Amino acid sequence: MSETIAFKPESLQQVHKIIARYPEGKQKSALLPVLHLAQKEFGGWLAVPVMDYVAELLSIKPIEVYEVATFYTMFNMKPVGKYVLEVCRTGPCMVSGSEKILNHIRTKLNIKDGETTADGMFTLKPAECLGACGYAPMLQLGKFYHENLTIEKVDEILDLCREGQLSLD
Amino acid sequence: MSKKLLLKDAHIEGIRYFDTYRKQGGYEAAEKALKMTPDEILEEVKTSGLRGRGGAGFPTGMKWSFLAKPEGVPRHLVVNADESEPGTFKDRYLMEFLPHLLIEGMLISSYCLGSNVSYIYIRGEYSWIPDILEEAIGEAKAAGFLGKNILGTGFDCEIYVQRGGGAYICGEETALLESLEGKRGNPRLKPPFPAVKGLWERPTVVNNVESITAIVPIIDITGAEYAKIGVGRSTGTKLISACGNINKPGVYEIDMTITVEEFIYSDEYCGGIKDGKRLKACIPGGSSVPIVPANLLLKTVNGEPRYMNYESLADGGFSTGTMMGSGGFIVLDEDQCIVEHTMTLARFYHHESCGQCTPCREGTGWMHKILKKIEKGEGKMEDIDLLWDIQRKIEGNTICPLGDAAAWPVAAAIRHFRDEFEWHVKNPELCLTQNYGLANYADPIPVAASN
Repeated sequence: MSETIAFKPESLQQVHKIIARYPEGKQKSALLPVLHLAQKEFGGWLAVPVMDYVAELLSIKPIEVYEVATFYTMFNMKPVGKYVLEVCRTGPCMVSGSEKILNHIRTKLNIKDGETTADGMFTLKPAECLGACGYAPMLQLGKFYHENLTIEKVDEILDLCREGQLSLD
Repeated sequence: MSKKLLLKDAHIEGIRYFDTYRKQGGYEAAEKALKMTPDEILEEVKTSGLRGRGGAGFPTGMKWSFLAKPEGVPRHLVVNADESEPGTFKDRYLMEFLPHLLIEGMLISSYCLGSNVSYIYIRGEYSWIPDILEEAIGEAKAAGFLGKNILGTGFDCEIYVQRGGGAYICGEETALLESLEGKRGNPRLKPPFPAVKGLWERPTVVNNVESITAIVPIIDITGAEYAKIGVGRSTGTKLISACGNINKPGVYEIDMTITVEEFIYSDEYCGGIKDGKRLKACIPGGSSVPIVPANLLLKTVNGEPRYMNYESLADGGFSTGTMMGSGGFIVLDEDQCIVEHTMTLARFYHHESCGQCTPCREGTGWMHKILKKIEKGEGKMEDIDLLWDIQRKIEGNTICPLGDAAAWPVAAAIRHFRDEFEWHVKNPELCLTQNYGLANYADPIPVAASN
């Protein structure tokens, strides 16, 4: 499987740089950063062959990768849309109206939590505390936080995504 | 106005970058520290009275002094930047706007602890911040403050940033170390403590971002001067991240001598309750600390003002007081439903339980289920007692403090707002459309009185 799945040379270089941060024989420590890289490069989720490839790269058993990948919420275990909308709904965000934002997105995109739109454009994921409590309600999209949301702001964000105008990285 | 030590230069444009930070006196504390012996630095930290700013409040100097120093075994400093406690966003502010303050603090701490390789473990969702930190690390290295033979002292130090994968439990120090070793974030049994067997079984100190940044002013002004700021055992300054129904959410630096009332109502800080509403309750130290109704928040049971410090907030114990915790200050106004709020916190802890201990794995989900039922108007009176019973069985019965963190919000909500829970049970038809509150609100302080 690893013949068909391979990091781009620059990503592979990055992997070796990450491994060098740890003492010899402790390359397993690179697992989380390498999984982040893999998810980004291989379609936004971690298919089994991708995880097997990561295991091979780090000289660890595939099960060691599976158990880690399934533990952390940032790793997607099934395909997701191009834009993953992660809306925080814990405590302070709830107080500031996150449910209204979530309901608006659910209705507008006609999807439930965890689902992807039919065109493969959006996935909705309610999140538990993203550390933006003072700027609530908020959503994470790719690398960035969008804060102090209103219904109008959410609509603008969705439009920008559809037009391919919103940076994820 | 509170004295500012950490955020004094936060308003300066470009302070994120080495040149600007250096012009403001940045790295002078590091230069001073590198001329001292590690033992002298440790004494300064002990004298300062600095208490861990991550939530537990354990004396930092004492924690450092526990670090085992076997010959030939490398030691590590790991900065806990896995800030995931609802209500808490202060470390994000420090890393985003003052990355060199953290790097400088790490350099001094690493030198004191004998760590030649130190790590920052940051929550994965803060995905733009590692770039900021790595840029700052690169600048510090280029200027000779990191790398080999720093400033000709013979001391070597590298700092690396590691992104987590989105698990609250990794804020617990041993779970963080497991995660840094490339495993699931399952907390370890203690002892052995990380100071003896930590990262890769090497002696390790794990400290919060704010604690490590505080090392810079401690060296700068001396531990004795730092200890003069604040009151009692609440020395120095503390960052408070304020949010909820207030006019001015944000990160504030306080010197722990001000009252809670002043913090909530004065224009210097939160600027009062939004839309002129009444204060109903507050969680002053991050979601895991007990919620306190307005009447007990502003005054202790003895009728004395409650202050923004470790001792005063805890005054009265869990039955009437709360905790400083991480300083995540969540304010709730009269329109907030305590049952709903507690339900979202129970959902959070259920979601974030690592699943290792049965009381936490099963209990958090059970509490969430019951709270959801009550919140929807489908609860029974005995559910409230069952909820109380479950939280009692979780508290103190798990490997790590996540069990306590999940139990305390539920316990405090029932303790202080039981009649609100009962009202939900008795008024199923109303509880979805109408919020019920106790009579012990705090009214806004008249403008004239607050000036």
